[in-house]
Amino acid sequence: MTDHEKIIEVKELTKTFGTFQAVKAISFNVDKGDIFAFLGPNGAGKTTTIKMLTTLLHPTAGSIKLNGFDPQTQKNDTRKSFGIIFQDPSLDDELTAYENLEFHGVLYNVPKALREKRIEELLKFVELWDRKDDLVKQFSGGMKRRLEIARGLLHHPKILFMDEPTIGLDPQTRNHIWNYLKELNKKEGITIFFTTHYMEEAEKIAKRIAIIDQGKIILEDTPEAIKKQTQKETLEEAFIALTGHQVREEEATAKDQMRLHGRLWTKR
Amino acid sequence: MKTIYILWLRQLKRYFRSRARMIGSIGQPLLFLLALGFGFGPIYQKAGGGDYIQFLAPGIIAMGILFTAVFSGIEIIWDKQFGFLKETLVAPVSRLKIMVGRTLGGATVAMVQGVIVLLISLLIGFRIQHWSLVPLAFVFMFLTAVLFTAIGTAIASKLDDMQGFQLIMNFLVMPIFFLSGALFPLEGLPKALEIITRLDPLSYGIDGIRGTLANGSHFGLGIDFLVLTSSTIIFLILGSYLFSKIEI
Repeated sequence: MTDHEKIIEVKELTKTFGTFQAVKAISFNVDKGDIFAFLGPNGAGKTTTIKMLTTLLHPTAGSIKLNGFDPQTQKNDTRKSFGIIFQDPSLDDELTAYENLEFHGVLYNVPKALREKRIEELLKFVELWDRKDDLVKQFSGGMKRRLEIARGLLHHPKILFMDEPTIGLDPQTRNHIWNYLKELNKKEGITIFFTTHYMEEAEKIAKRIAIIDQGKIILEDTPEAIKKQTQKETLEEAFIALTGHQVREEEATAKDQMRLHGRLWTKR
Repeated sequence: MKTIYILWLRQLKRYFRSRARMIGSIGQPLLFLLALGFGFGPIYQKAGGGDYIQFLAPGIIAMGILFTAVFSGIEIIWDKQFGFLKETLVAPVSRLKIMVGRTLGGATVAMVQGVIVLLISLLIGFRIQHWSLVPLAFVFMFLTAVLFTAIGTAIASKLDDMQGFQLIMNFLVMPIFFLSGALFPLEGLPKALEIITRLDPLSYGIDGIRGTLANGSHFGLGIDFLVLTSSTIIFLILGSYLFSKIEI
């Protein structure tokens, strides 16, 4: 693995909803096999960026290369390359844990025997194997999260996107999951791209960090370099020094705004 | 094929697991059959129309299909709100396949609903006139089911939340039902009403079911089949197009 092998290349990426510019001409690269943290206050444009990287949104301008593919024109190749754990739950509550994974496996064309083996492995790993035949609607928030993480790994993606994956999880589970992911990163060279509001998590786990605020990347470097550059002891202090003390709009309002723009947009 | 199958299977599982939905969706057709069937029966008989249940049952079968099918299509809004749609949209599967799998699943569920209503109407006195035409009746039922699931999908692709649901029920589904000839014969209507019933695709579904299970098709089975098939194709294309444009 060379240092120069880029698995994500983003150039001048921009997304506008109506008059609201959510992402403003950002550029960054992620090396293959890296663990990359994408940090920023609420409403900074993290989720919008992830949606563009994962083919869910069309960029207004700019270009993306993901595992060598363009998410706009080579959708299926791009989609095969990554797994994603969304910020909001995305399981089918009316299906069982097992069925949710099976559904995913079939959509990603994982052969039956392999699928069964991996589902068992992953469910055992997230400690849900004994609940595999229970409907997901009976699960707690933490259990759903674990199931989603298992699902994101089922098709052995090259890149794993995680939008605030550890939100609502207790420290034990968080540790357990990160240890597994680090192991996977080391053994299989899977690239991990994640967002989080837990700065100590990013500091401990990420090899590189990009800090985004108001749609612009303000800094991209290793955690050590960021601390050094801002002359702060911890990443949290550095983060606040870089993005200011002002409390941001709640995520929900930002999303509502986006929905409103989206609606105006689709109605033309 | 496997992906279409798993999407189809998901719709079926969701339906059969939701007992409330099954019972709820049988309640309404049953009420219509009993209240209207026996309520208007004597008058219909006096007017020389014969047995009203015999006339009404195909209309109510189609009603069961219509409501379930539109609802199945509209379920996409739930999937949007509960996030599951994202899971299917980032998968390496074409949107067309997703749409086809979902639509076939929804249509199958609606078809099951129609068969249940048919069985209920047999219990309360409906008599099938031509048993040999039953398979053909099923074809008409299935086409109706696919058509209205596709319409539901097309609408749901443009909506973000359930606020619009009442609007759709009151300004689309109810008019489609009441102006279709489900409850009254299409002969000798005022001109305006006649034109509307001719524009309503459900009219042809009901006419096809009535023409095969009971007696007397108004438009002729050939016309029914032609109109139903072509409008199904049109709405499948429209639904696929709108579904492919969804951004979340």
